[in-house]
Amino acid sequence: MSSPGSGNRIVQWIEYRLPIFSWLDHSVGSGYPAPRNLNYLWNMGSLAGIALVIQIITGIVLAMHYVPHGSMAFDSVEHIMRNVNYGWLIRYIHSNGASMFFLVVYIHIFRGLYYGSYKYPRELLWWVGLAIMLLMMATAFMGYVLPWGQMSFWGATVITNLFSAIPLIGEPIVTWLWGGFAVDSPTLQRFFSLHYLLPFVIAGIVIIHIWALHTHGSNNPTGIDVRGPQDTIPFHPYYTVKDLLGMGVFLTFFAYWVFYNPNYLGHPDNYIPANPLQTPPHIVPEWYLLPFYAILRAIPDKLGGVIAMGAAIGVLFLIPWLDTSRVRAATFRPIYKQFYWILLADILILGWIGANPPEGYFILIGQLATTYYFLHFLIIMPFVGWFETPRQLPESIASSVLEKGGGGAAGKEAV
Amino acid sequence: MTSSIQLNRLRFISMALFVGAVLVSATPSMAAGESKAPLSPGFSFEGPFGTYDRGELQRGFQVYQEVCSACHALKYLAFRNLPRIGFSEDQVKAIAAQYEVTDGPDSEGEMFQRPAVLADYMPSPFDNDNAARATNNGALPPDLSLIVKARVGSANYLYSLLVGYEDPPADVELGDGMSFNPYFSGGQIAMPAPLLEDGVEYADGTVASVNQMARDVTTFLTWVAEPEMEARKGMGAKVMIFLVLLTVLLYLVKRKVWRDLH
Repeated sequence: MSSPGSGNRIVQWIEYRLPIFSWLDHSVGSGYPAPRNLNYLWNMGSLAGIALVIQIITGIVLAMHYVPHGSMAFDSVEHIMRNVNYGWLIRYIHSNGASMFFLVVYIHIFRGLYYGSYKYPRELLWWVGLAIMLLMMATAFMGYVLPWGQMSFWGATVITNLFSAIPLIGEPIVTWLWGGFAVDSPTLQRFFSLHYLLPFVIAGIVIIHIWALHTHGSNNPTGIDVRGPQDTIPFHPYYTVKDLLGMGVFLTFFAYWVFYNPNYLGHPDNYIPANPLQTPPHIVPEWYLLPFYAILRAIPDKLGGVIAMGAAIGVLFLIPWLDTSRVRAATFRPIYKQFYWILLADILILGWIGANPPEGYFILIGQLATTYYFLHFLIIMPFVGWFETPRQLPESIASSVLEKGGGGAAGKEAV
Repeated sequence: MTSSIQLNRLRFISMALFVGAVLVSATPSMAAGESKAPLSPGFSFEGPFGTYDRGELQRGFQVYQEVCSACHALKYLAFRNLPRIGFSEDQVKAIAAQYEVTDGPDSEGEMFQRPAVLADYMPSPFDNDNAARATNNGALPPDLSLIVKARVGSANYLYSLLVGYEDPPADVELGDGMSFNPYFSGGQIAMPAPLLEDGVEYADGTVASVNQMARDVTTFLTWVAEPEMEARKGMGAKVMIFLVLLTVLLYLVKRKVWRDLH
């Protein structure tokens, strides 16, 4: 394999002692073959990586100015916004960056769900991805507490109180989590510590995620396996340039929020300093946690709600086995494909319910949508897999691309 | 093909459901405890190229000084920030000198009063929250530094609240010392109507109508909440132009690299 710059003496000198260039080449270079038909939904992985790096860099800078103490945290954030050079820029990138990170990760997950990327032999890849999602949620939640506004404080109170639903040991666990008998400075300080730690844990698990990915390579829009070199193209330059284009679009979208609508995705109450004596009328999490929040509140019982919310994520770990179809991609599954879009609508409805107070018809809709969520994974997924007749799969990845390309030149190439 | 038609129909239905859901949730309701949707008077700082009108900022500061500051603090505003709304340094020094701040301890260990300087922050009208409540019928006048960011509806809400005082409807019984304002959650607000016609005398000759004063002080308080807004939008324009051009170039590179495959 000819690595880039392999004629260079310095490169050879380093390569002989530390084969970093051939390693790079096999990871994201010309030595890593990828299916030739990946569409733009396959950009989300690299975008998530970019988002993680942006969060870590801006977060480290913010931590240089932020003070994790109940009486100083809010003021220190305003100090960043007003007195630190370009502090407002760094903070708005970080606060909106969390939303951007979740957005690309959610698209990434729904792409995997549509094209059956969780199926054999990528079950562990899927599991590691879900572990990243869980860590992201924990990190984002603790990050949202740090500005110590009203929503920070009460969000922390609500979420940590969930542990009190555990029978017998619930209350002591909550006291232990708080470091006291209420959410207070000790809680804030440990959240800050963990909020700084977890992104590096995520980065480590991302490496495992990529390791598992590279073992069997990317899935692709047909869901069929790579059968030979005619089905693949080198990652570099084809997918490096495609990922760069995706990055351009992503950063433009990102910049819109940062520069023109930086507070839209947050809650106005978080610009009111935390006040333990005054509960906000509606305590809502950030948008990316709303569907889970709706499931939590759909069950009238506290412990039941916590179990349902845990199960909503837990069930995702089981889908490599709940999905009984031989065919990976929903593209070739006429019935399942319809249920896929219904599920997506169901989750959006759950998000809408999560943003609204649990009263009136919101309760019933939330309960129906929660029921359907579990129905989809536990009943529909296995049964559709058994009874559905999939459409004819393409001969190969190459033939699917060249047929779709349709041109005479492509036809000749196939011959 | 039937299945794809069905699919499109289902996709349409599910998206329609979602859009419908969003619309339903966005429809303002007027149930008890709710409030009237705020007015949109249009502000100089709105839109991607909006900047703060300097006249409004300075008049708004005057309204804050002469009206709001009797009860409301502005603790994140330092006198050194004021040149950014168009005052000269000498003007700001003169403004600061009108205020007394507590400093110390001196070499005798005593706290002392001195005139404020540029580095000082705007002094609070009350020594502490309890003092503020004691003179305000038990209600705590909030600090106004972030009020525009801390309320749903932002500047529109603040403006509406300031101009929205009216006589209570027949079926509303006001609490002791309360006023009626349909834009305030629940309608009953502890703050009496703060702005009266000609309540201030503008140095630039602008007629001090309630609407004008509300607009001026709203612009000023938006600036206090988001002093970085003009720099942010200015930088945003450059960043967006750069990123769009970069994306176009990357698109062309991508097409060129991929050409031999198709």
